[in-house]
Amino acid sequence: MITTKLQNLGRATIDTIAGFGRSGVMLFGALVGKPDFRKGFPLLIKQLYVIGVLSLLIILVSGLFIGMVLALQGYTVLSKFGAEGMLGPLVALSLLRELGPVVTALLFAGRAGSALTAEIGLMKATEQLSGMEMMAVDPLRRIIAPRFWAGVISMPLLALVFTAVGILGGHLIGVDWLGVDSGSYWSAMQANVDLYQDVVNGVIKSMVFAVIVIWIALHKGYDAVPTSEGISRATTQTVVTASLTVLGFDFILTALMFGG
Amino acid sequence: MSDIMVDIQHLSFSRGERLIYDDMCMQVRRGKVTAIMGPSGIGKTTLLRLIGGQLKPDSGQILFDGQNIPTLSRAELYQARKKMSMLFQSGALFTEMSVFDNVAFPIREHTRLPESLIKLIVLMKLESVGLRGARDLMPAELSGGMARRAALARAIALDPELILYDEPFAGQDPISMGVIVRLIKELNNALGLTSVVVSHDVTEVMSIADYVYLVAEKKVIGHGTPEQLRQHKSELVQQFLLGEADGAVPFHFKAEPYEDELMEPAR
Amino acid sequence: MTTRKIEILVGAFIVLAIAAFLMLALKVANAGVTGSGQSYVLYAKFDNIGGLKVRSPIKVGGVVIGRVASIDLDTVYYTPVVKMEINEKYSNFPETSSVAILTSGLLGEQYLGLQPGFIDETVEILANGDSIQDTRSAIVLEELIGQFLFNRGN
Repeated sequence: MITTKLQNLGRATIDTIAGFGRSGVMLFGALVGKPDFRKGFPLLIKQLYVIGVLSLLIILVSGLFIGMVLALQGYTVLSKFGAEGMLGPLVALSLLRELGPVVTALLFAGRAGSALTAEIGLMKATEQLSGMEMMAVDPLRRIIAPRFWAGVISMPLLALVFTAVGILGGHLIGVDWLGVDSGSYWSAMQANVDLYQDVVNGVIKSMVFAVIVIWIALHKGYDAVPTSEGISRATTQTVVTASLTVLGFDFILTALMFGG
Repeated sequence: MSDIMVDIQHLSFSRGERLIYDDMCMQVRRGKVTAIMGPSGIGKTTLLRLIGGQLKPDSGQILFDGQNIPTLSRAELYQARKKMSMLFQSGALFTEMSVFDNVAFPIREHTRLPESLIKLIVLMKLESVGLRGARDLMPAELSGGMARRAALARAIALDPELILYDEPFAGQDPISMGVIVRLIKELNNALGLTSVVVSHDVTEVMSIADYVYLVAEKKVIGHGTPEQLRQHKSELVQQFLLGEADGAVPFHFKAEPYEDELMEPAR
Repeated sequence: MTTRKIEILVGAFIVLAIAAFLMLALKVANAGVTGSGQSYVLYAKFDNIGGLKVRSPIKVGGVVIGRVASIDLDTVYYTPVVKMEINEKYSNFPETSSVAILTSGLLGEQYLGLQPGFIDETVEILANGDSIQDTRSAIVLEELIGQFLFNRGN
């Protein structure tokens, strides 16, 4: 009885470690080696469209609404202390440091990550990856690599757009609706937001999240059991694992960047 | 140039704990259609993957054109694969590309030919499988037989020396089956390539194969020309060729004696 | 969809992202004042820095001219030493200038207020690495209340 439990624990541990290993081997195979820009560039553009441009709408809408809600909530609290002037920094810092990178990563995992896992899993199930390999074309270089780079490029850009739209959304509610002075909204923001400390750190966070989400999504797809059930499980796992890992890393990065 | 294209020597392969091939030998002659037949579930597709280098055997040699596939480096393996081609059971067409782009894919990947020349080659290949008119369709719009023919056009796009067919007849209606039988035969004769056909459709295979290997129980149980096989003495070979339900391969999966199991609740 | 259309949309996406970054950098954040290479350093010793922090602003008449770069403790006298980074543009403060730790509003954050001093022939201009002698420490509310009570006792 106890030995069975021990055995299960051992097997789960070994499987997990082997999964890490396989994902590392996959990424290594995809990224290491001489890049071929003549063939690679059009593929990258195509994936930037699929991964980046197609995620733009959900990012714009969510950013706008989250900025609006932040302003509304922040205003009720700040006005109790007569500190409505601090609404700008509140909205800007929340978005730049936390919500921009994190919410973008979560939305990205749901929108683009799950799609990538399903796409690659299906390519595996329909023997397209195998077929490519038999045509002497490395699927890691042809399929995985452009998707990886497109994701890593897209996500920080999406996070920037999200944050900018959120700040405008905060302006819309705070200034145009609740009557905070527009000048003080922007100037208090400028007095409290630092380009390196806040903006650049937010972008760095977003890059780390991009690597996490896209790596998990690609690995889950590439490693999926090639059946309809396996692919659906892999897709769910991508969203859950990527989201949790992002939140975990967010805590670590926040502690490193702003905690000291 | 040796007469033998693929030479499999003392091949053993196991998946997990399960032994699939045990010390198996077989030869594929250049310019001939060699068929590998056997009941389903004995790893015929696995054999093709072994030849293609996607799987590594536990022991034994797989010589392709004199090169031992399992010991090749990655780069050498990719070079060797340019000389072979595989037709998957599902066709494995790239779903996001049109038929034309699918056939053009290997040419675009491995050559730097101008687009006008690529178009000529692709149309030529599509013509040879009778799908020139379907070049702008997407794979999802093709029927199963057409998808397999399109995949065949893609497989011969770079004029390989060896072409591996994985169950080319499975799940086809009689007409498309006839078409594919004709195509395999014609391509083999017209392009002078070597074909390996893995299948369990006895009549079709017997009609096109120059040489047949019958694989069961982890090894070759009989081989020869279709004519020689029909005269084969082995009970197993005869059962397979005639498609009898019971015989050397029992109808029943290995189980406890029936009476014991029926009586069990009573006990 | 044609390649051309995809390329245009990807281009638009990149442009949008760059616009967002520029907005964040120029309109939201205060790029410039702390740009390295264009600032010089002054030191000031205080008895008590109160709630002053690294990156607190340094103001002259309400205009931000620099930021606090670091706060250390002098290991001989055990008094706080504040390192100030001041924009190269404002490099003509005489050595008679004074700094005070002030508070913006009743509950606001603390900042350094720099008061330029007088100039005559004997007074030199502060250069990179110099210290400002005339400093006033932070007002600590508890001490103030204590003094007030003590005075009333009299």
